[in-house]
Amino acid sequence: MTGKRSPWGKDGSSGDGGDDGSTEGAPEGADGNNAGPPAAGEPPKGPRNPWLPGGGTGGANDAPGERPRRSASIEDIFRNRGPEGPRRGGGGDGPRGPGGPNFRLPQRADGKSWLPVAIGVAALLWIGVSSVHQVGPKEQALVTWFGGKYQSTLQPGLSMTFPWPINHVDVEPVSEFRSEAIPGGEAQNLMLTGDQNLVDLSYTVRWNIKDLKLFRFQLDKPEDTVREVAEAAMRASVAERGLNDVLSGAGRGDIEQRVMQRMQSLLNTYRSGIQVQGVQISKTDPPTEVEDAFKNVSAAQQTAESYINQAQAAAQQVLARAQGDAAAFDKVYAQYRLAPDVTRRRMYYETMERVLRQTDKTVIEAPGVAPYLPLPEVRRSAPTPPVATQGNAQ
Amino acid sequence: MIDTLWDSHKTTIVAIGAALLAVWSSLIVVPETEQAVVIRAGRPDRTINRFEPNQPFGRTGAGIHYRIPIYERLERIDKRVMSVDMETQQVLSTDQLRLNVDAYARYRIIDPVRMVRSAGTLDTVETQLSTILSSVVRQELGRRSFASLLTAERGRTMENIRKTLDGQARNYGAQVIDVRIKRADLPDGTPLQSAFQRMRTAREQEAATILAQGQKNAQIIRAEADAQAAKIYADAFGKDPAFYDFYRAMQSYDSTFAPGGASSSIILSPDNDYLRQFRNGGR
Repeated sequence: MTGKRSPWGKDGSSGDGGDDGSTEGAPEGADGNNAGPPAAGEPPKGPRNPWLPGGGTGGANDAPGERPRRSASIEDIFRNRGPEGPRRGGGGDGPRGPGGPNFRLPQRADGKSWLPVAIGVAALLWIGVSSVHQVGPKEQALVTWFGGKYQSTLQPGLSMTFPWPINHVDVEPVSEFRSEAIPGGEAQNLMLTGDQNLVDLSYTVRWNIKDLKLFRFQLDKPEDTVREVAEAAMRASVAERGLNDVLSGAGRGDIEQRVMQRMQSLLNTYRSGIQVQGVQISKTDPPTEVEDAFKNVSAAQQTAESYINQAQAAAQQVLARAQGDAAAFDKVYAQYRLAPDVTRRRMYYETMERVLRQTDKTVIEAPGVAPYLPLPEVRRSAPTPPVATQGNAQ
Repeated sequence: MIDTLWDSHKTTIVAIGAALLAVWSSLIVVPETEQAVVIRAGRPDRTINRFEPNQPFGRTGAGIHYRIPIYERLERIDKRVMSVDMETQQVLSTDQLRLNVDAYARYRIIDPVRMVRSAGTLDTVETQLSTILSSVVRQELGRRSFASLLTAERGRTMENIRKTLDGQARNYGAQVIDVRIKRADLPDGTPLQSAFQRMRTAREQEAATILAQGQKNAQIIRAEADAQAAKIYADAFGKDPAFYDFYRAMQSYDSTFAPGGASSSIILSPDNDYLRQFRNGGR
């Protein structure tokens, strides 16, 4: 190993800069103690200018006939690096000298190469990594020969296969529920109902993989298939129902059930290996264009409700009043029966008393006198009767 | 060192490289999802992993196969169930209503050699099938009334369409598994607007009916209460109509001349029964 000192892996004393060393001797001498061309293999002293190739002059190993240069160019760097490339056959500059390429694998203590050992370790690692597979609890894995013929399905746990490329292993989560929301965005998804009305409906389909090899090998684009099948099944099921069924909660459960059955039977005919776990209708709304009319209906329902409530309140009043009146009459009548004449007279007088006390009274005694009734007077006194009656009452 | 290897075993390395290249170009891996037609000098020679119904995976022809490089070319064809989408079609039903129909078909290639001969590539098959599907759908749905398109008859219609399409698809080596109407919508513009209008008026009618029903029910409730009250009154007062007459008259006087109402003046004749004692003079 002679290339320790140079970043380019070249011998510190070799290189194109050999001639430079003599011409640039003065500045180098100023820096260090080594004004003269140093002997081959001797380390340059003092700080080295990294931009200048070589630390000094010396016996050039390669291309002694090359013209002098001031510094290393990019070509230089790569040219010098060339022979180090592990598989590089030609392309160095000039014929390889006795040293040959300067790059060597590190050697073992007994001088043998590490290469077979390294290859062996790499191969073992490779076999270990590509033939032991950990399959998670929700996953399964498909094993194929050379990516071709199906071999087996790996269940959750740790399993062994032949290393790649003999066995290709493809891990996929199977028991995990995937869900597709249809339609994806906020846009209206109008569907025709059986009575030719429109309803804005959105729903979610949850599914998982029942048979991974069918899922993988039978269907082109399984996710798209799920969506399309769901759309077809949902629209067919909604078309069997009237608008009110779809809008009301009662019909929804039925529709969800129907859609699930339809989807499953379609997916089974495709042998898709997909299990539909559930269909949930998340929204059934009338189209926004007619939303107001639907709101008016519920408003009308509220109004009708309130009519009935008011009528019931009034009915209760009427009934209570009647019952009260009847009860009062019964009580009085019970007493009246005990002493009819007296009670009758008493009630008469009491009533007349109350009535006449509160009114203006005129008693016309003389028969044959035409009574003059001052109507204006009567009217004039009209505004003040409360005072009079109040006074009378007290 | 590698170079020494190169120098000493040049021929061996070259030979191994050439052998690898030969193997590489003559070995082919056909996965379970594909079938392949080997075309020898332009003519289909044999198929690999051809579709067979109900063949379990692992017993199919998938896997490693050989071919003669250059002389034999390989055409890979998908073996899976694929989908053809139809462009949205406007269909006119027998009752002159328009419907935008969106359908899809599921198919698979069952005869790859025929497919390679007649269509060449899958894209061609798909385009062809899509065109045929459009015309079949239009034809078949045009024979039906609007309402029957929406409901149960859909199933039979779809089966007819599938059969027709399947017949055509066999020419391309394809088998149509299923045809479905994905969506059947009213076209934008007049049909959609008139549907909305119909829905709106239906709702208005419903609202008006609900209101009228509410009013009716309210009236009935009131009337029933009145009737019941009348019965209560009659039961109570019927015990002694004469006394009721008197009793009620007294109440009536009281409330007629009650304070707080309009003031009233009463002109009494001394003959009035109330003033009887005026005249009797205490006798």
